[in-house]
Amino acid sequence: MANILTVEGLETQFKTQDGTVHAVNGVSFVLKEGETLGIVGESGCGKSVTMMSMMRLIPMPPGKVVAGLALFQGRDLLSMSDAEVRSVRGSQITFIFQDPMTSFNPVLTIGRQLAEPAEIHLNMTKKQAYDRAAEMLALVGIPKPKDRLDDFPHQFSGGMRQRAMIAMSLVCTPQILIADEPTTALDVTIQAQIVELVKGLRDKLGMAIIWITHDLGIIAGLADRVGVMYAGYIIEEAAVKDLYREPAHPYTIGLLGSLPRLDETSNRRLTSIDGLPPVLMAKPTYCPFAPRCRYAYERCWKENPALVTIDTNHRTACWIDTKTGRPR
Amino acid sequence: MSDSEILMRVEHLVKHFPVMRSRYLLFSYQAGAVKAVDDISFTLRRGETLGLVGESGCGKSTTGRAILQLHKPTSGHVFFEGTDLVGLKKEQMRRMRRKMQLIFQDPYASLNPRMTVQEIIGEPLLVHQIAPEKEIEERVKSLLKLVGLNPAFAKRYPHEFSGGQRQRIGVARALALQPSLIVCDEPISALDVSIQAQVVNLLEDLQKEFNLTYLFIAHDLSMIRHISNRVAVMYLGVIVELTGRSELYKNPLHPYTQALLSAVPVPDPTVEEKRHRIILEGDVPSPVNPPSGCRFRTRCPLAKEICAEQRPEFREVGPDHWVACHLV
Repeated sequence: MANILTVEGLETQFKTQDGTVHAVNGVSFVLKEGETLGIVGESGCGKSVTMMSMMRLIPMPPGKVVAGLALFQGRDLLSMSDAEVRSVRGSQITFIFQDPMTSFNPVLTIGRQLAEPAEIHLNMTKKQAYDRAAEMLALVGIPKPKDRLDDFPHQFSGGMRQRAMIAMSLVCTPQILIADEPTTALDVTIQAQIVELVKGLRDKLGMAIIWITHDLGIIAGLADRVGVMYAGYIIEEAAVKDLYREPAHPYTIGLLGSLPRLDETSNRRLTSIDGLPPVLMAKPTYCPFAPRCRYAYERCWKENPALVTIDTNHRTACWIDTKTGRPR
Repeated sequence: MSDSEILMRVEHLVKHFPVMRSRYLLFSYQAGAVKAVDDISFTLRRGETLGLVGESGCGKSTTGRAILQLHKPTSGHVFFEGTDLVGLKKEQMRRMRRKMQLIFQDPYASLNPRMTVQEIIGEPLLVHQIAPEKEIEERVKSLLKLVGLNPAFAKRYPHEFSGGQRQRIGVARALALQPSLIVCDEPISALDVSIQAQVVNLLEDLQKEFNLTYLFIAHDLSMIRHISNRVAVMYLGVIVELTGRSELYKNPLHPYTQALLSAVPVPDPTVEEKRHRIILEGDVPSPVNPPSGCRFRTRCPLAKEICAEQRPEFREVGPDHWVACHLV
C-alpha cells in the first residue's frame, strides 16, 4: 500500500529559562494508507510533540521545529504556508486529544463545534453542516443526536464527550486520524467502548490512524505497527506481533517486563527499569538509554545508535543484539 | 478463622455526603446525599493485601478514608484488632492511628512543599513522641535507606525529587510509625510504567519484611491482580464481588466483574485477537440517585425484574467467594 505520510529527521526544540530542551531529536517514520500506527512511550519522551510539530501546532516561540520533513501526499507540511496547513488540518488530517473536557469550547454548543469544520472545509450551509453534525453523532453511537446538538460540552459525560470529539474529527472524512492518548482519562469500561468504536469506524471509513499512548495493552489489540519512543527518538519499530513476541531494544524489553498482566499465572516479580528518563537539555551524543541499560558497554557511552533494520519490518536503535547479549 | 488472624473487620459501613441547598440564600437544608459508600462489609487478614478495585466515583477512596476515620462514617462499624474505631474519642483515635497509615495517589500534592524530607518523615515520630528529638535524624536516615533513597537527601525539599522518588518519601513517612495497616490509595496511578514497577516491588519487599497488611486501592486490574491476595470489586458504593485473586480472575461471577475483566487490554497481540469483549452500555449512574435494587442493573446485560425490586444480598456462594447478584 502507498505511503500516505512520510516523516523524516524531525527535530523540535523548546527554549526555556534553563536552556534549550531537545524534545524530539530526529524522528522518522512512514504511515501507509489505512494502517494503524501505535506510538508508545512514557511521559516526556516526545510522542505528542512529534505529532504537534508535524501538524504545525507547536507554539513558536518557545518551540521550534529545527529540522525535518513531513510529506503528506507528496507535500511538505512543514514548509507549507499557514493557509495551506489550515486546509489540511481538521479536514484531511484530524486530531483527538486526551482530555475531552478541555478540548471543547465550553461556551459553544456541541452542534456549533461539530458544524464548524463542515462549514469551513466542505463549504456547507449552516443547515447542511448541522445535519452533518447530527449524522456524525449518530455514527459514534450517541442516542437522539438531533436533540443533543444544542447541548453544551458539560452536559455530556466523559465517555460521550470523547465520542463527540471523535465525531468532530470525522466530519470531513479525514485520511489520517491522530489520536493522542484518547482513552487515558477514561475508565476501563468506557475505554473499551471507545476502542471498539474507533476500530469499527476504521473498518467502515478506512482512514489511517496514529494512536499515541503509554499503554502497551491498548496498542496490542489495535495497531498494525508500533513505534516505541524514548528521549525524543524512535528506538524500536516493528509489526505489532513481532514487537511483543521478540522485543529487541532493552527499553522495550524492560517496559514489557514491568507490566503486570491480567492473564498472568505465576507470581513473578516485576522487572523494573532502574533510574529515570533523561532530562534533554542537550542532544544526546551517546545512547540516551545507556544509563538505565543493563547491557550497556563502552560503545553505548560514545555513539548514539541509529535505527537499523534487523528483520523484515523490524528496526531498532541499539549497539547490542539483545538475543545473544553481544554487540551487533 | 480465629480473631487473631483478622486485623480489621468492617461491618455495614455507610458514608453519605450531604448535598446542601439553600432557600432565599438563607435557610440551607439537606436536599439529598451522595451515597459514596452504601453498606459494605469485609475483613482484612493480618499480612495480606486486599485489592479494592473499581472505576472512578465508585467509592473506593472513600472506603479507604472512612475505615481510617478520616471521613467519619455515617453508620456501621470498623473493628481494628477488636476495638470499634467508630465513636472513639479524638485522643483515643489519635493513638490508634499510629497503627494505620495512608499512602496517597498524588506524590505532588501529598508532600508539603515547604518542609524538607527530614521534617516530612520526622513529623509523625515527633507528633506521636516515638523517638526523642535527637534520634529522629538517625531514624529518618534509616527510613530513607529502607525505601531506596540516598540518606543524604534528607535536607532537600520535595520539588527536587521525581514522581517515583516522592512516592518513596510518602512510603517512608507511612512506615515511620511501624504501622500494621497501610491503606495505599492509588499509589502508582500517577507514575510512568517503568517507575510503577519500582514502587510496587518496594511495597512488596516492605510487606514481607514488616508483615504489613495492605488495603490496595486501584483502578488498574492487572496491577491489582499482581499485588493482591484477595480482591474486592466495587461499583457505585457497594462491593459486588470479593474473593481470592486467582478465583476472581478465573471464575468471575458478577456480571460487572466479568465486563470489567474483559475490558482490560492484555499487552499481547495474539491474546488480544482471540479475546471476547463484553462492552457495557452507557455510563455509571449518579451516586446521588442510584438505581433501585441492584445498582448495576441499568448497565447489566442480564438484568431481570427482580434486580429492580430487591437489593441483592452480599452472600458467600463458594468457599471464600462473596457475590451480590440475584442471578448467581
